[in-house]
Amino acid sequence: MSFLELQNVTKIYPNGTKAVNETSLNIENGEFVVFVGPSGCGKSTLLRMIAGLEDITSGDISLDGNLINNIDPSERDVAMVFQNYALYPHMTVFNNMAYGLKNRGISKEEINNKVNDVAKLLEIDQLLSRKPSMLSGGQRQRVAMGRAIVRNPKIFLFDEPLSNLDAKLRNQMRLEIKKLQRQMGVTSIFVTHDQTEAMTLGDRIVVINNGVVEQLGTPKDIYSKPNTKFVAEFIGSPQMNLFNCKIENGVATIDNKKINLDKSINIEDACIGVRPDDIQISENGQYSSVANLVEYLGSEMIIYSTIGNQQFSCKLSSKIELKAEENFNFDIIPSTVHVFDNNTGLRV
Amino acid sequence: MKIKPLQLLSHIILILGVLLMVLPIWFSFATSTHDNISIIKEGMQFFLGDSFSVNYNEVLNEKGGWSEEVTAFNMFINSFIMALGIASLKVVISAMSAYALVYFRFKLAVPIFWLIFITLLVPLEVRIFPSYKIVSDLGLTNTYTGLILPLVASATATFFFRQFYRTIPDELLESAKLDGANSWRFFVDFLIPLSKTMLAAMFIFMFVYGYSQYLWPLIMTTDEKYWTVVMGMKIIFTEMVYQRFNPNGEIE
Repeated sequence: MSFLELQNVTKIYPNGTKAVNETSLNIENGEFVVFVGPSGCGKSTLLRMIAGLEDITSGDISLDGNLINNIDPSERDVAMVFQNYALYPHMTVFNNMAYGLKNRGISKEEINNKVNDVAKLLEIDQLLSRKPSMLSGGQRQRVAMGRAIVRNPKIFLFDEPLSNLDAKLRNQMRLEIKKLQRQMGVTSIFVTHDQTEAMTLGDRIVVINNGVVEQLGTPKDIYSKPNTKFVAEFIGSPQMNLFNCKIENGVATIDNKKINLDKSINIEDACIGVRPDDIQISENGQYSSVANLVEYLGSEMIIYSTIGNQQFSCKLSSKIELKAEENFNFDIIPSTVHVFDNNTGLRV
Repeated sequence: MKIKPLQLLSHIILILGVLLMVLPIWFSFATSTHDNISIIKEGMQFFLGDSFSVNYNEVLNEKGGWSEEVTAFNMFINSFIMALGIASLKVVISAMSAYALVYFRFKLAVPIFWLIFITLLVPLEVRIFPSYKIVSDLGLTNTYTGLILPLVASATATFFFRQFYRTIPDELLESAKLDGANSWRFFVDFLIPLSKTMLAAMFIFMFVYGYSQYLWPLIMTTDEKYWTVVMGMKIIFTEMVYQRFNPNGEIE
């Protein structure tokens, strides 16, 4: 039995919206799992159901072998870090961290020790007597983390905790969260809409769309073998190029040029996905196109162009000399191609 | 440090404002320390007189009323008991009812809130007879409970607390729940400290409201022991004037 098990969990809001649909997941002890998906896909609802802040319409959730469907959030032994941190504005940092412990009837001395230890770990021991309004964004983030850590829960739940930070701080905190999680070995679930965060943090990633799990796997799996067209588009930046085409006897035709796919398949309405960095520029490539727009990113550049009437982008080393409005030739390599059936949205 | 003309002007305006507020109070106080002859002859006084203790002793401690037992000091105490009782109960009750209306999701929360709200249209003066009937049936006439109880529900304060609680982010409640706070703890550890300034403001308003009640204590109290200063003042005043000008108690 897994540490956290979700079985056919469904959430239907009173207004009839189906936020989560028949979701089943198994999460192992010590794992760092990231729920990723576009906003409104139900990832936060799923997290809140695990926390007990949202009722479960049907299905079962069990934690550490116990069914927790109807158990009060305070007794589930989970800690959550909220998007806006939800620090208690009228309490000092120390009391913010100590509050959960006090409610559990832990002795003053023990609370003192625990809070001080965690504060040192997070380097906020200088701030213990301050109120949250006197802290910077990054410090608040740390306090929110500290409040979760100090309780030593079975599971950490992170609800987009980095989205209120500026880009630089976000990268730094991302690393720290990962490091802390490794160090403490506590099972964690992290919700985000940012695929970079998902890829870098997760041991495993759960891609969610419209309340349904589209794919569950390691970051590498998900990037290299997206199960559905949605996952293919969602993971990876810039996003994967998708070309609609017809496949006959394993040969796809894009813009009247043939790509031999090495698979004997026939699909009337197919879609071929190529990552922007898998497009090969070569002087005698079979496709020829005009660079509509060039984005220079330092070591790399991104070129936006079209084949036929389909837009695509490719990522190149910026050592290649190519300016906007110039022609370039390229190839699509069959081994790097992902094939999807447009009718089902699934990988072929 | 050089003072800029604009700064000087604003300070002058502020000082004038302060004087406008403080001087009348000072005049009344200074005048109250003179004997009545100099007041009648010379009008309001700016400087302190020499009759402070005589005047104040007479006002506060002279026994009056029909029973010749009630003093103004006693009335002040009654007024304070009534105002304190009304203000504290009003604040406590409305904070708690607003808490129920905002945080406990029962179906009729909104209609109930509006029902509470429209009681603003029925002030005590309008329902004074039924209120009196109930209080006297309960045997509470001539008690502090009777003075306080019919006035402790407050739609205004409930409304203010409700609006304030609605501005508190849900995450705070959720986070508190995960930290093991039950409904009572959330109220005591979060809502009360967060609404401290509001509690204080409401308390002051409600204290003034309770202190300045006139009609209710007048109807409620037949025993002079429970007279409050607002209603008693008029009675004392008429009596004093009567005594001053008819020292022998002759009927004109």
